[in-house]
Amino acid sequence: MSTNLLSLEGVHTHIGAYHILHGVDLAVPKGQLTMLLGRNGAGKTTTLRTVMGLWHASQGRVRFGERDITALRTPQIAELGIAYVPENMGIFSDLTVKENMLLAARGAKNAQQMDDTRLAWIFKLFPAVEKFWNHPAGKLSGGQKQMLAVSRAIVEPRELLIVDEPSKGLAPAIINNMIDAFDELKRSGVTILLVEQNINFALRLGDAVAVMDNGRVVHSGSMAAFAADAQLQQSLLGLAL
Amino acid sequence: MKIEFDWKPLLLVPVLALVALPLTGSFSTWLTLTVAGLAMGMIIFIIASGLTLVFGLMDVLNFGHGVFIALGAFVASSVLGLMGDWTGSQELWRNLVAVFPAMLVAMAVAGAVGLAFERFIVRPVYGQHLKQILITMGGMIIGEELIKVIWGPAQVPLPLPEALRGSLLVGDAAISKYRLLAVAVGVVVFGLLAWTLSRTKIGLLIRAGVQDREMVESLGYRIGRLFVGVFVVGSALAGLGGVMWGLFQQNLVPQMGAQVNVLIFIVIIIGGLGSTGGALLGALLVGLMTNYIGFVLPALTQFASIFLMVAVLLWRPQGVYPVANR
Repeated sequence: MSTNLLSLEGVHTHIGAYHILHGVDLAVPKGQLTMLLGRNGAGKTTTLRTVMGLWHASQGRVRFGERDITALRTPQIAELGIAYVPENMGIFSDLTVKENMLLAARGAKNAQQMDDTRLAWIFKLFPAVEKFWNHPAGKLSGGQKQMLAVSRAIVEPRELLIVDEPSKGLAPAIINNMIDAFDELKRSGVTILLVEQNINFALRLGDAVAVMDNGRVVHSGSMAAFAADAQLQQSLLGLAL
Repeated sequence: MKIEFDWKPLLLVPVLALVALPLTGSFSTWLTLTVAGLAMGMIIFIIASGLTLVFGLMDVLNFGHGVFIALGAFVASSVLGLMGDWTGSQELWRNLVAVFPAMLVAMAVAGAVGLAFERFIVRPVYGQHLKQILITMGGMIIGEELIKVIWGPAQVPLPLPEALRGSLLVGDAAISKYRLLAVAVGVVVFGLLAWTLSRTKIGLLIRAGVQDREMVESLGYRIGRLFVGVFVVGSALAGLGGVMWGLFQQNLVPQMGAQVNVLIFIVIIIGGLGSTGGALLGALLVGLMTNYIGFVLPALTQFASIFLMVAVLLWRPQGVYPVANR
């Protein structure tokens, strides 16, 4: 039986006057890829931002392993080994690809101190990162930016990778590359929590699934069971896989 | 994919200088005004560089930046006052030995006061622009009053050291020695800033933080500490700029910071908020424009920088070098 690396218990989040999360219960098993699905406005992005401390839970608990991280600040949460790729990718457009990667490599003071073996692995996953190494990140295409955003998140070993809609706005061929890359990442043993709207992406990669609606998790279980239950998909997402 | 640098804004400096050439009447007058304008621009850049980073990094509108200018200048007047033998010498190296510690002490004092200013005045109002404007202006007024308490309300003279007075003759043009020194100091400061921002990890963090501070925090960096560091360095640079400005004017009044404040806000708006290169370009343009208009149409001198800002913003509403993601 797998243990949970990340768990949320009854999490409520307010943004200004708006009550967005209404008691989210979510478990992310260690070593697995958990898909967080749901319609637009269901609260998926808010859940990820609450985990990262970018918005703070007004009620409930967020645990990373055995540690309560509910009240920690974002940099402290990142230091625990959680990497985050936001929906807008968070690329520093005025910086080069190399400089973006160097910033994410907290242990390296300059490019020479970055882990060559790990970089070679990343270049194999995302050849565009190597190809445009010295180019301004702002000049990359949408797909290349997404590859850089994920590369930046894995430039050093992390325990948990949180990614918000990696396939958003990408062409089908690029999405397939991205699926292959996440497959490889899964095999490396990292735990992944992934928000996705692309159902094929979810089906091909997910080990576990949680579905959100109206600021709550309304279903959680294995992806295999979810994929096999057309009625459940229809009722939760309004579609069948 | 080609790396393209936007050269067009850089052309504004030679274009402005060339347009001024026939208007000033003679080449020697033009050369004198141009060097004076570049020197003034470099001093304004030293002062404005910290302010633009503070705004870019934390979205903080610090209308109290001027107090560090005045503080730096008054501290320098005290230090130079103690080194009369050195400033009165005809030897340049003895003058520079006097000016250098005056600059260091002024920067140290302005930086230390900047640390307290950030902690007690700016930090409580993060994210609240109206309160930032009101409280930082209030902080500057208090600072000016404290300067009056320490140095008195009257104008304080800050004469140039002996060897820095007068001009060098280049043909018929008189080039002020001190203005050449100001250009040299400005170039050194810009070089150090450019090196730090482009070649060090701290510089990378500052540039990244100006674009997207939330993402920098998500990568595990405490941007609040970075901001305090930038605020202190920015205050120290304003102190250095105050020394340069004070020696430029040769007279100090406690309100001198407030007078320069308008110019530096114009400069960082022209440059693009958060952009150091833009601040340099904006400062040079303001310095040149002020000197040319001051000679050709003296009645319009006070408005020259505002005209310039309006013209630049009509061309580039975000400033000449806008920072991405802002």
